[in-house]
Amino acid sequence: MQKLLLIASTLILLCNLAYTLYRLGSGRVRPGRSNLGALGAAFILLSADLWLRGQVQRSCPINSLFDVMIFMAWSTTLIYLLVGSAYRLSLLGAFTTPLVLLLLLTAEFAPIDRSPSIRAMREPWIEFHASLSLIAYGAFALAGLAGAMYLLQDRQLKKRKGGMLLYNLPPITDLGVANTRLICLGLILLTIAFAAGFLSGMQVNTIKFWTSATIWLAYALIIVLRQVHTLAPRRTATLSLAALVFILITLPTIQHFSTPK
Amino acid sequence: MTILCAGINHRDAALEIRERFAIGNHELKETLNNLQAIEGLSGAVVVSTCNRVELYASSINPTPVMDAIRRFLKSRTSGLEAPFYTEDSLPSVKHLFRVASGLDSMVVGETEILGQLKQAYSAAAQHGATNTHLNKLFQHAFRVAKQVRTETSITRGATSVGSVAVDLAGKIFGDLGGRKVMILGAGDTSERVARSLVTRGVRTVIVANRTFDRAGALADQIGGLAVHFEHWHTAFDEVDILICSTAAPHPIVTREKLEPILRRHSERPLFIIDLAVPRDVEASVNELENVYLYDIDSIEEIARQSLNIRQAEIARCEVLIDTHVANFMHWMRNHPNPSR
Repeated sequence: MQKLLLIASTLILLCNLAYTLYRLGSGRVRPGRSNLGALGAAFILLSADLWLRGQVQRSCPINSLFDVMIFMAWSTTLIYLLVGSAYRLSLLGAFTTPLVLLLLLTAEFAPIDRSPSIRAMREPWIEFHASLSLIAYGAFALAGLAGAMYLLQDRQLKKRKGGMLLYNLPPITDLGVANTRLICLGLILLTIAFAAGFLSGMQVNTIKFWTSATIWLAYALIIVLRQVHTLAPRRTATLSLAALVFILITLPTIQHFSTPK
Repeated sequence: MTILCAGINHRDAALEIRERFAIGNHELKETLNNLQAIEGLSGAVVVSTCNRVELYASSINPTPVMDAIRRFLKSRTSGLEAPFYTEDSLPSVKHLFRVASGLDSMVVGETEILGQLKQAYSAAAQHGATNTHLNKLFQHAFRVAKQVRTETSITRGATSVGSVAVDLAGKIFGDLGGRKVMILGAGDTSERVARSLVTRGVRTVIVANRTFDRAGALADQIGGLAVHFEHWHTAFDEVDILICSTAAPHPIVTREKLEPILRRHSERPLFIIDLAVPRDVEASVNELENVYLYDIDSIEEIARQSLNIRQAEIARCEVLIDTHVANFMHWMRNHPNPSR
């Protein structure tokens, strides 16, 4: 059943991606509603999958890299539905769909660990810490996507050629604001998650600790520099995109060192 | 029942002729009364805009009714003949659907005409001058226009310097409410662009011109402030949009001058519209972070692109319209009798 739910959500997002590319390629109207609909449907299916796997594992289903990938796909979709649609940034859904698809396809087809192995996860504070960290990563993912859109719109405006992308992407000022606020949201969630981890008294591997701390410090530094106007919106966008790539690369490492040996 | 159409538009006649046919709001009631007095006429809608004066009517005796309409129009214009009359439903219906969709407009794809048609229909309906066929026809025309707009790119992009500038400003700032504009050189085009921006909510306009009186006059007209040309950079700190159109032979806004100002600009983007020839703004200014510089060539190129896109969409619009015309004609065949 869980497999069917994952396949269904992947297929919905694949169809939506193809439709979006077709609409954009043919210069037709922007595909806002289809993205919202597809991501909404994927969210329901992924929620059902997480619930079913949570029942089986009797804990929050983030006990293997496979679980983590699915949970992050779910949290990215959640943040899009909660925050992304509130900003009403056109095409944010079109940028979110490929990232969620990448996470789902990696989970389903990449040779990664699928067996739930972290028995220590039964501790509520640790579960809270891990799940909230992944939701924070969802906010950082959205911030990275808003950053990518900012850079693309900046390029379109600098090129002075007009064109479909310029008209379909949101105003660059709105993208800059959304980028910073999403980083703030992610940072607040990650701080709470780290506090929960600290309260639980959990034993943390040194590599995992420093990787996570680097991510937290990087985002905290971005926000501080933004607040004191040292970091321009363009650089903030570039850094948030780079940080997203770093998170995606280090996610397996963090998960690997979360597994008790 | 037949749908008739008669009138004049920008394709057939110059403004001087069109204005003689124009039917002002104060004359509308009387015009509709006169049309309703025509024997055999079941309903009428009068559309009078700056680009067209058109009468849509329905009748079971189209030829005598059209003759009466012809006489009526002649009497209003001291003998001028309106250039087009269609006594058949098919071309009349198709014409209205094309008008509603903006295909018959001077700027293809413009959307103002739909609002004007809705007003004309609403006025006729309030006056009791419409019947079932005209009600159905106009409701259908509004649906066609909506579908054409949403399913094609006929309304996409801006097609004039002013509207391109407003569109670009929207893509940089989003909401223009509260933004500050500076005009360097009070030319006609810069005035038009500034006016377009003011209609979209721009808060303050500062005008700097070599002739201070001219700056003062323009500032008064658009509700702005005039400053001496030599002091433009001192008033620049909170400016979001700079419109340049001086007759200076060399760039007056250089990278060297702008960089220290931008350091005080608090990360807000700066949109520069350089309408001057030779250019007022050094091209390298566009390389500065958060600065977006558009000269007259780039703005006109964007306007041309939009027009080309709209032209290319006409065929798709016509296909949609033909389908709706066929549907409406089918309905007409099934409802041949007049009714209120």
